[in-house]
Amino acid sequence: MSTDITTAVPAPPAGPSAMQRLLGLNLVRSLLVSLGVLVVGVLLLESTDAYTNTQLSSLTYFTIAAIGLTALTGLNGQISLGHGALMAVGAYTTALMLDTDSPLPFPVIALAAIVMTSLVGFVVGIGAARLHGPYLAGATLAFAVALPSVALYFKGTFNGEAGLTVISPRPPEWFVSFIDAVSGEFATSSKYVAYLGLFCLVIALFFALNLGRSKIGRHWRAVRDQEVAAEIAGINLGRTRVQAFVISAAYAGLAGAVMAMVVRLAAPTVFTLVLSLSLLTAVVIGGLGSITGAFIGSAVLVFLPPLVTDLSTDAKLSDTQAAQMSPLIYGIVLVLVMLLAPGGVMGTLSMAWRRRRARRQLTATPTKKG
Amino acid sequence: MAHQPTPARRSRRLALGAALAASALVVAACGGGDGDGGGGSDPGITDESIKIGGHFPLTGVAAPGYSEIPLGHKAYYDFVNANGGVHDREIEFIAKDDGYNPAKTTEVVNELVLKDEVFAIVGGLGTPTHQAVTNFLNSEGVPDLTVSSGSILWDNPEELPMTFGWQPDYESEGKILGQYIAENMPDAKVGIFGQDDELGEDGAKGLKQYVEDQIVAEVTYVPGNTDIGPQIAELQKSGADVVVGFNVPSYTALSQLVSLKLNYKPEWLVSNVGSDAGLVGSLLEKFSEGAVKGSSPLTGLYTTAYMPQSTEADDPWIQLWQKVWDEYGDGSPLTNYKVYGMAEAYTIVEAMMKSGEDMSRESIVDTFEQDGGDFTGPNYVPFRYSEDRHAGIGGMKVVQLQADGTTADKTPVLKTDVGDAEIEEFTDSANTPPESGIPSD
Repeated sequence: MSTDITTAVPAPPAGPSAMQRLLGLNLVRSLLVSLGVLVVGVLLLESTDAYTNTQLSSLTYFTIAAIGLTALTGLNGQISLGHGALMAVGAYTTALMLDTDSPLPFPVIALAAIVMTSLVGFVVGIGAARLHGPYLAGATLAFAVALPSVALYFKGTFNGEAGLTVISPRPPEWFVSFIDAVSGEFATSSKYVAYLGLFCLVIALFFALNLGRSKIGRHWRAVRDQEVAAEIAGINLGRTRVQAFVISAAYAGLAGAVMAMVVRLAAPTVFTLVLSLSLLTAVVIGGLGSITGAFIGSAVLVFLPPLVTDLSTDAKLSDTQAAQMSPLIYGIVLVLVMLLAPGGVMGTLSMAWRRRRARRQLTATPTKKG
Repeated sequence: MAHQPTPARRSRRLALGAALAASALVVAACGGGDGDGGGGSDPGITDESIKIGGHFPLTGVAAPGYSEIPLGHKAYYDFVNANGGVHDREIEFIAKDDGYNPAKTTEVVNELVLKDEVFAIVGGLGTPTHQAVTNFLNSEGVPDLTVSSGSILWDNPEELPMTFGWQPDYESEGKILGQYIAENMPDAKVGIFGQDDELGEDGAKGLKQYVEDQIVAEVTYVPGNTDIGPQIAELQKSGADVVVGFNVPSYTALSQLVSLKLNYKPEWLVSNVGSDAGLVGSLLEKFSEGAVKGSSPLTGLYTTAYMPQSTEADDPWIQLWQKVWDEYGDGSPLTNYKVYGMAEAYTIVEAMMKSGEDMSRESIVDTFEQDGGDFTGPNYVPFRYSEDRHAGIGGMKVVQLQADGTTADKTPVLKTDVGDAEIEEFTDSANTPPESGIPSD
C-alpha cells in the first residue's frame, strides 16, 4: 500500500472519461486501504487484552490528529504548534454535548466537534495564512498557550481548572451482540470507545487518502513548493492556506472528540503545550507528510513510554527513576531520528527505496549518480 | 451539595449496578485463565499478596514534594511486610507517574487496573487528575481509597460508592482559619490569595462564613503563571494586613518573594497544602537564586495541622515514622510528604487488617464505611467515613511556624464539617501508635 501523500504522482493528463475512471480507481483504492485498516483494527482489538485496547484507543485519537497535522505541514508547508488547543475545542464540545440525560448519538456529536473546531481553525487560519516560518510557529504557539485559559475565564460553562468529566457512552445493544458474536466477550464501554475511535480513524484515513490525490492536495503541494508558480497558475495562495488549516483543524476536532471519551475528562491540564509538541514529534518521527508515518509516530508516542517504564522497573529501578527514564529515552529517540534519519521513518524508507530503484535503472549504463 | 436522587442519577446508578454485575461476570469468566489466586476472589489479591497502586506526579512541575508521598507509602508497606504482612499477605505497591496530567492519569490507571490488575487504587494524587478516573474506577468496581486531595468531590457515595477522601477538605480548613481571624484579629483587614480552582474557591467559601465583612480584597492566580506581582500589589493597595493563602507550596514561596520586593508585610495564613516549611524554604532559596536562605522568612506564618508534623521529634507517631523511614527509606531526611504517605498507608493497612482474612473489594469498602470513623491513625480528628459520607479527616488546629522550623499551637484541636456545621473543640485524646507500629485487626 502506498499512502505517501507527498510523493503521490499527479494524475497524468487523459480524456474526461479516462479521468473519471482514474478518479473512481483512486476512490476504490482509498476505500480498500481504509477497509483493510478497519479489518486489522478489529482483529487487533479482539485479539488483545483490555489494557492494550485502551492503548489502541489512545493510538486512534493520536493518529487522527497526526494525520491532520501531517497534511498541513507535509502537504501545505505550514507549521502548527497549536493543534493541542484545537483538540481541546473538539474535546470540550464533546464533553458539553455528552453531559445531558439523553445525549445525541456519537456521530452527531463528533460532527459538531468537527464543525466547532473548523470554525476556530478558520479564524486561526486567516491569521496563519499571512505568516511564515518562525512567525507562524510563534503565533500558533501563543494560541496553544492561550486557549486553555478560556476554560478558566468562562468557569460557569467549562468548570475551570477541574474541567468537565465525560461519562463514556454506553455501548448500544447491537454492539454488545456484535462483540459477543466476534469474540464471545462482554463489550465494556472502554471497548465501545475503542471501536468508535477506530471508526473515526478509518473515516479520517479515507478522506486523507483521497485528499492527497485530489485537486485540493495538488494545490496544497503547489503552494508549498513554489508560491510564485502556484499563483501564476491561478491558485489563490491565501485561500488555499486557510483551507489547509481548516481541514487540518477538522481532524484535530475529531481527534479531540475521541480523546475526550478515552481520557474521560476535558480539562486545561490535558491540553498543555506538551500535547501540541508531541503531535509534532509524532509527525516528524514518522516522516513529514506521510500517513503511514503518522501511524508509526503515534504508535511510538503511545507504546514507547509504558514500555520503557516497564523495562526500567524490571531492571530494579525505583518507581521514580523508572518514571524519569521514559522522557529520557523519548528524547534520545528524537535526537537520533533527527541526526540519523531526518526524513523520519517513512522518509528514510522511501528515500532508500527510490535510491535502489534508481541504481537498478542505472545498472545498464553505469554513469554519474542522479 | 444536595443528594436528592434525580431520575438521571437513578438510571446512572442502575447502569453502575449493571456494569458492576457485568464486570463481575467477566472476571468470573476469565478467572480460570489467569491463575491469579483462588477461584472467585477479586483481582490483585492472592493467599500470599495484595497488589495496590496509585498515580502520583513523579516527574514534572508538581513533582517536588508530592513525589515523596509514594516513597512514604512504600516504606510503610515494606515495614508491614517485614513484620508479617496483612493476614500473612505481602503488600505490593506500584506508584505510577502521571506528571500531573489527567490524560496520563487515565493511561496509568488503565494500566494499573487492566494490566497490573491491582486490588485497589490508593492515594491517587490531585483533583483534576483523579477526577479523570473516578467514573472508570467506580464502574469497574475498583476500591478508590484515600485520595490525596482535599476536594469535596470524593465525598459522593451515591455516584462514587468506591471512592473515599482522606485529608480534611479545603472548606472546613477555610472555616477554621476564618474563625481564628474573627476571634483573634477582629480589626484586621483580610485579603484572600487563592488558587483559581476548588482549592481557592472552597477555602474562600469556608473563610467567608466567619470574616465576610472583614475582607477587603480577593485575588486569584492560575497555576503555571508565575507572575503574581499584580495580585500581591492589589492586596497591598487594598490595605489588607492579614492575607489568607489557599495555594500550593511554590506559590507560597513566590508570594513571599514578591511581598519582600514590594515591602509588603501582612500576617500570612496559608492553608496546610501550601505551608510545608522545608519545601517552601528550599523553593525560596531556588527562586531567589540564593538571596533568601532557608525558611526564616516564613517565621510567624500561620497554618493548620491535622496530624503530627515531621519536626515534632517527641511525638510517638513521628518516632514511628522516623523508625520506619530509617529502616526502609532511601536515607534522605524525613519530610512532611513522606509522613503524609506513611499516614495514608497506615489507614490502608488498618482497613485491610479490619477487613479480615477473606478480604474482598466489597469488604474493604464496607470496612471503610462501618469502621472508618474509628480508625486509629495519627489524625487528631477522626475520619468522617460512614455509609452516607466518604469524607476524610474532620478537623485540625491552627499553628504558627517558629524560627527553629517547629510549630506552636494557636488553637486546640477543632472539629468541623462542610456547610453550616459548627466548629467545636475536639477533646478526645489523640491516638498513640501500637507497640508494633502496625494497626491491629
